[in-house]
Amino acid sequence: MAKKLITVTVNGNKIEQAVEPRTLLIHFLRENLNLTGAHIGCDTSHCGACTVDIDGQSVKSCTHLAVQCDGSEVVTVEGLADKGVLHAVQDAFYKEHGLQCGFCTPGMLVRAYRLLQDNVNPSEEQIRAGMAGNLCRCTGYQNIVKAVRHAAKTLQTAKQAVAA
Amino acid sequence: MIPSVFEYHAPSTVSEALSLLGQYGDGAKLLAGGHSLLPMMKLRFAEPAHLIDLNKIRELSGIREEGGVIKIGAMTSETALIDSALLQKKIPLLVEAASLIADPQVRNRGTIGGDITHGDPGNDHPAITIALDAKFILVGPKGERTVAAGDFFLGTYMTDLQPEEILKEIHIKPFAPKTGSAYCKLKRKTGDFATAAAAVVLQMSGDVVSSARITLTNVGPIALHAQAAEQALVGKPLTDASIAAAAAAAMAICDPAEDLRGNIEYKTAMAGEMTKRAIRLAATRCK
Repeated sequence: MAKKLITVTVNGNKIEQAVEPRTLLIHFLRENLNLTGAHIGCDTSHCGACTVDIDGQSVKSCTHLAVQCDGSEVVTVEGLADKGVLHAVQDAFYKEHGLQCGFCTPGMLVRAYRLLQDNVNPSEEQIRAGMAGNLCRCTGYQNIVKAVRHAAKTLQTAKQAVAA
Repeated sequence: MIPSVFEYHAPSTVSEALSLLGQYGDGAKLLAGGHSLLPMMKLRFAEPAHLIDLNKIRELSGIREEGGVIKIGAMTSETALIDSALLQKKIPLLVEAASLIADPQVRNRGTIGGDITHGDPGNDHPAITIALDAKFILVGPKGERTVAAGDFFLGTYMTDLQPEEILKEIHIKPFAPKTGSAYCKLKRKTGDFATAAAAVVLQMSGDVVSSARITLTNVGPIALHAQAAEQALVGKPLTDASIAAAAAAAMAICDPAEDLRGNIEYKTAMAGEMTKRAIRLAATRCK
């Protein structure tokens, strides 16, 4: 089957590759680009371990074709830290003990990263609803909620500091 | 997890998509949000030889009001429905229902048109669009035709959409003032399809119900329009007895499939309960 040439920006790097149309984005990221942070936890689009950010929206990359990303901007967990400094969501999951085995964490972090841009000050209910596409087997979610709230406060404080 | 091989096409206009459909016929499937089709392909339930991606066709997305009608492009995502100030104000039932569909990531990709044309009785938009008396604009090689939502759903995964056609737009009249609506959905967890759900659109004149639309999700091979339930309410004061009569009439048309969500008796009883709750909630919103 003929491959298609795509140009996609991943974590700020422009990438040009030929892909088979049936290649799922998650496999493209993990196998072609070696970005193995995003994980695969199911084959029915439920778990959200594969969540990445495509053109400003959280998407389950197991249910998206790499060929569809031609011209898109993709952010994965590897793109969250800035020059070695953790993003607020990463720091908050660490401080609030929002992970144990770490398998859901990349998807959780990338989802939280987008959630906090769409809603800068979410309530607990909004966090739980906003993270409902991501399953976790370890934490019981409680500390993940705390981590997202923690990150929201950090981001707001940083924004106020810039404004002042 | 691994879909079969296929050829991929990404037309940028509806006419281009139609000519690809004409060219590849039954071997082609339209790719919208991909959150029903790709899961089926990953399990090899579907193995189309050609995917025609509609995501690059801008004319298929967006929500606008024109000539007293809200026109929603078929490729409009669930997230866009929820975020639409126009829908929040004029067709709040659609916003309430969309927020009960799937999860945030799925809603970013899944489209209203795909939810409708999939023809899955588990999907929520079929019952919602029937409750709203929506019209579907289908475009094919010979031009456009309009089908009422109530006539569109023919069976499980079967609709009136012909293989050479594309659902282009969904047209819905905005709610008249003082219309109340509700969608009550029973589910095992966030993101699951309904065990049973009921959509209600009500208008009241004082205590008397002046009009009612009642539809049911996932308790039959297709979304059900509970017309006898509507007749049990219209022209009468809204009382416990009239609500119970409407619920009984809704239960009488249920024909659910037995599965892990429950047996026939349970799903039928829950359809009645969701009908009662949706009627009561819609009535409180008739303001």
